[in-house]
Amino acid sequence: MTLRARDVCAGFAVLTAVAFVLADLSAVRPDPWLTLAAMGRGLLSPDFSDPGGLARATGLTLAFAFCGVAFGAVAGLILAPVYHRAPVRWLCVSVRAVHELFWALLLLNVTGLSPLTGVLAIGLPYAGIFAKVFAEYMEEAPDPVPPGVGGAVALLWGRLPGSLPQMRTYTLYRLECGLRSSAVLGFVGLPTLGFQLETYFRQAEYGAAAACLLIFLALILPMRRWMIWRLAPLYLGASIIALTLLRHPPMGDGALWRFLWDVVPAPVRTGGDWTGWLERVFVDQALPGAIATLVVAQLALAGAALLAVVAFPMIVPRVAGRAGSWVGHGVLVVLRSLPEYMLAFVFLQVFGLSLLPAVLALALHNGAIIAHLMGRQAADVPLRADAARGLTLAGWELFPRLSGNFVALCLYRWEIIVRESAIVGLLGIATLGFHIQTNVAELRLDRVLALLAVTIAITLAIDAVSRRLRAAMGGGAVLRVEGRRGGQATA
Amino acid sequence: MTLALRSETLGWGKEAVLRDVTLQIADGERVALMGRSGVGKSTLLRALHDRADGRVAVVAQDHGLVDALSVFHNVWMGRLDDFGAARNLRTLIRPNTAERRSVEEVLDRVGLTGLGRRPVASLSGGQRQRVALARAMLRGGATVFADEPVSALDPAQGDALLLALSGDFGTSIMVLHDTGQALRSATRIVGLKAGGIVLDAATADVDAARLMELYT
Repeated sequence: MTLRARDVCAGFAVLTAVAFVLADLSAVRPDPWLTLAAMGRGLLSPDFSDPGGLARATGLTLAFAFCGVAFGAVAGLILAPVYHRAPVRWLCVSVRAVHELFWALLLLNVTGLSPLTGVLAIGLPYAGIFAKVFAEYMEEAPDPVPPGVGGAVALLWGRLPGSLPQMRTYTLYRLECGLRSSAVLGFVGLPTLGFQLETYFRQAEYGAAAACLLIFLALILPMRRWMIWRLAPLYLGASIIALTLLRHPPMGDGALWRFLWDVVPAPVRTGGDWTGWLERVFVDQALPGAIATLVVAQLALAGAALLAVVAFPMIVPRVAGRAGSWVGHGVLVVLRSLPEYMLAFVFLQVFGLSLLPAVLALALHNGAIIAHLMGRQAADVPLRADAARGLTLAGWELFPRLSGNFVALCLYRWEIIVRESAIVGLLGIATLGFHIQTNVAELRLDRVLALLAVTIAITLAIDAVSRRLRAAMGGGAVLRVEGRRGGQATA
Repeated sequence: MTLALRSETLGWGKEAVLRDVTLQIADGERVALMGRSGVGKSTLLRALHDRADGRVAVVAQDHGLVDALSVFHNVWMGRLDDFGAARNLRTLIRPNTAERRSVEEVLDRVGLTGLGRRPVASLSGGQRQRVALARAMLRGGATVFADEPVSALDPAQGDALLLALSGDFGTSIMVLHDTGQALRSATRIVGLKAGGIVLDAATADVDAARLMELYT
């Protein structure tokens, strides 16, 4: 079956309209402009008066990112050669289907607020991703070893060195993601920049909060300059030392056994009644949570698509001029470098509790990513000698030529947006994450596991639909967007 | 306006394709550029286009069509620089009747009557070439630069369209590969071989045999 991009877009427009009707997008705060103005003042006069605290949070943000990504990369490298075996593949699929923040919530019950929680929360899902991507690289790598040479030798002499350059590029990209994850882990209590940000925000110290944001940007934007491979062992060594020295509240004995006992569904543990449990979990929590998650995701996707269409020409010099395109790049790079969870948190302070902050944050972050990728493709579009300039060029040539890619990119981000929509529930927004959080607080880990399973099922289903649609549209829809970037970009 | 190249070296980037090229083209001439593929015809055409002033139209070899847009849009593209961005974006979304009619007129002339609303992606090679021709015709101007503009059409249709195209412009400079077509439609023939111009004569002074030498 072949599908036209136009039909796919029409389908999405209908879904968006439905989501719009279902969504509660009210700004609950009486006067969002007041908060916004206070935040603006904070941003204009960032407050660095606690250099010790900021430096500690910055160092630990880096340390968690380094250790987590290193754990993921090493584990992924070990698993990659056996990734084709079904049990390994399923293990990887399931660990990476759970978001870092959900991992952290689970691990808090076992390893408490110890550094291990942060490292594993990043490392476990990343291991699953690394294993998949590294396995693909090794598969595509040229195999110069003569036939008959054993598998391990062929791997070490041929495929591994052959795919090393891509692996490096990809690891660098993952480190960027790791920095975002590490900062965001602060929101569940680990001592990274996110924790500082949340604390300052809650105390309405917007100057200090702005300092956190600026430090994070100063860390992540020039990452490709300071991340020198020869220094990687040094960075990693320092990170390990920093995390070992970190003092943390002790965890009682037998936490793991308690955890394993608690995740067994209550009816099994207590011999209680299944119907009540199932109804409580699936009808009262999973269903409304899933609907809210999908509604947020749909509106965010529509917003991201709209933003991308409007913003991508702004980074094309032939449209916006050289100076204009630099400004465009500047805006997009900030929007896509800040974690969407952090953006959602900031918007939540402005607009109050509804779906609006989540939709805005996800739309801006993902729209900036799509716009960035399209803008880069637009710069490579071959043009006639007499092609137009400015907005005329963008509307008549660039967008129509890239429209297939545009739809593919949106479909590709769809699954990511759904995953993130579930996560922003941890902030109190009524998506699946909210119900997961509630059950964690009540120590009902069996329900947590059930809701996580629902989240994973929805994400995998969306991924499958997105894949189907991309395949049905055919053509240039084959994209591996992650890690395929030069410069200091983000996908 | 006279187009002139004086002892110039032409090429893509640092690689010279044609050396020491001297060529003058006066208003009203119909020049056919000929030679084997890869000899530098398109390079010469581009160099002449870069030096032209006044309103010119281009028929590109790869047609320069935007597949995702309709025939109407691809033809109207020839006139985008006559209007501001706001009007162009309006036309992109909602063409008005007058715009549609003027495009229909040129579509009639190239034999694509009534196909204005078809997506270009659904057209055959010959139809796509006619769209590119229609675009240049709608644009109009003093000079047309065309790179193999009728290569995908049969000779009779090709002849007719070459005639129509050059009739619209005072001066025409075209890369052609069909010797018969060149002899019938051009007033002057410029032949390229081995990195330079080896033939530059009025059509009346050359015959098919002389032209065939360019290809040996």
